[in-house]
Amino acid sequence: MIIAVASGKGGTGKTFVSTNLFWAAQKQGIPSTLVDCDAEEPNDAEFIPGYVLNTQNVVQKIPVIDDQKCTFCGRCFDYCNYNAIVYLPDKRFIKVVEELCHDCGACTVACTSGAISLKEKAIGTIRKMYVGIPSVLVEARTEIGVYSPVPVIKKAIKYASDDVLIILDAPPGISCPFIATVDKADYVVLVTEPTPFGLNDLKLSVDTLDEIGKPYGVVVNRAGLGNSDVYLWLKEKKISLLMEIPFDKEIAMVYSEGKLIAELNSKYSDKFMQLLQSVKKELKR
Amino acid sequence: MNEIVVLSGKGGTGKTMLSASFATLEKNMVVADCDVDAANLYLILQPKNEIEEVYVSGHRAQIDYSKCTHCGICADHCRFEAISTINGKVIISETSCDGCKLCSRVCPVGAIDMLPNDKSRWYAGAYRNGQMVHARLAPGEENSGKLVNVVRNYAKKLADETNAKTIIIDGPPGTGCPVVSSLTGVKKVILVTEPSKSGFHDLKRIFELAESFNLKSSVVINKYDLNLDMSRKIEEWCKLFSIPVLGRLPFDKQIVEGMLHCKSIIEWQPSSVISQEIKNIWQTVNADQS
Ligand code: SF4
Ligand code: SF4
Repeated sequence: MIIAVASGKGGTGKTFVSTNLFWAAQKQGIPSTLVDCDAEEPNDAEFIPGYVLNTQNVVQKIPVIDDQKCTFCGRCFDYCNYNAIVYLPDKRFIKVVEELCHDCGACTVACTSGAISLKEKAIGTIRKMYVGIPSVLVEARTEIGVYSPVPVIKKAIKYASDDVLIILDAPPGISCPFIATVDKADYVVLVTEPTPFGLNDLKLSVDTLDEIGKPYGVVVNRAGLGNSDVYLWLKEKKISLLMEIPFDKEIAMVYSEGKLIAELNSKYSDKFMQLLQSVKKELKR
Repeated sequence: MNEIVVLSGKGGTGKTMLSASFATLEKNMVVADCDVDAANLYLILQPKNEIEEVYVSGHRAQIDYSKCTHCGICADHCRFEAISTINGKVIISETSCDGCKLCSRVCPVGAIDMLPNDKSRWYAGAYRNGQMVHARLAPGEENSGKLVNVVRNYAKKLADETNAKTIIIDGPPGTGCPVVSSLTGVKKVILVTEPSKSGFHDLKRIFELAESFNLKSSVVINKYDLNLDMSRKIEEWCKLFSIPVLGRLPFDKQIVEGMLHCKSIIEWQPSSVISQEIKNIWQTVNADQS
């Protein structure tokens, strides 16, 4: 079973829910893998210390144009749909802008003069960390400033393909990185907070998941803050409220120290196990 | 003109709260919400959108099955694992397609059309203290930083027209392309963080990014009183790298209360401790003309 934990924007408690859920499940002896897919700002490992089993580099292939072989026909320039090739035939200048290249391979197909070769460029790493029998944490991490975290995220998820329980800590937003993550999930847990910002982002996430046809439910974090609009909206839309986490200074304190409430307070590990049960039930429906 | 970008690495640290406060401190402001993937600032500032424009973010491939012979050549060429052959039928996954157009070029019967992704929008209009530009990226579209540039450019144009001194940029989360687009060429970078182990970690990453562009950043510690120990550690680290700490904001439930009334904390409780501190921060930022 693959569960993605997501929220329209960061800071609503997505990392909090995924790390605690993972901790509670693996403590119960369920073989679990947590994949940190927030590759631009991964920090699950701040909460779950593990022993690094291995680190893999993720590379992208970048075309390199040999201007000795190039006939300056411009076919590659026409084929590139990302404006990643600077082509100035008058000056006999041609070059690939690495930051814009999406590694699509179109220019290589276009070139009939054999002027294009490929080199590798590191765009991120995947760290596999041993947490406890038999659970692991997989962390996707992009190099700073790369055009898209999607290739790194996809690779990281592949790394975790045969576990009983896989939890994906999804990247914020609703653009490509989010889709690439939830696309692989059986169920999506959306974390929100009862504020206008929370509700606004929740609506966007829900629209997106409806569009791609993924089942989902909602966890309200920092309950007690804000107002009841989120609850009214959930009721109106008949969306399952899976769990509520109260606004509580103890939780905030534990979190800020990089610790897990499910580890320190059994009431919360029970709560997170119930969340897992609720998701299972939802999936059977 | 002075462009000030507010960033936080991870969302939820109070970046938008701070941007909203700055935006309501003076008249004749221009605000650019560059968090196009989860725009929230408009909820507080409530601009009257006078302009609504379509933003095309690349393309997506679609198969015309009346022409397709299911030869699979397109699938062999796709680098994004977006095309698969299931039971002899070639299928394109919309969620995986990157829009590179290669399949449509190699298809021997011309069965693949490239459709523009034209569901994203950007908006501009007046709010109570000036002008605001914001955008909404459609679900699943690439946040390449181009839309961020569109928002910023229009904000600049508005600032010129209205003789505004300052543009406030509410930056996107993360450390990728959109963030790079939001900070290239700006004068001042404010990094908002909160005193937690993970917040500290994110701060270091975003600082590294700003440094790589030779930008001078300064730090605001939000909710500093939630973990004084961690706040101190962050300040020590800032000292080590000579990063000015502009201010420390206490945790205050009134921020959310204000938000419920579409008001920044400056408007909601102008004399609160946090509002005073934000005003001080604003003065420090503007006093530094280097
Ligand atoms: S691989 Fe694709 S994106 Fe990169 S330069 Fe070639 S055509 Fe352009
Ligand atoms: S397609 Fe090949 S020969 Fe033509 S301009 Fe590009 S690199 Fe040069």
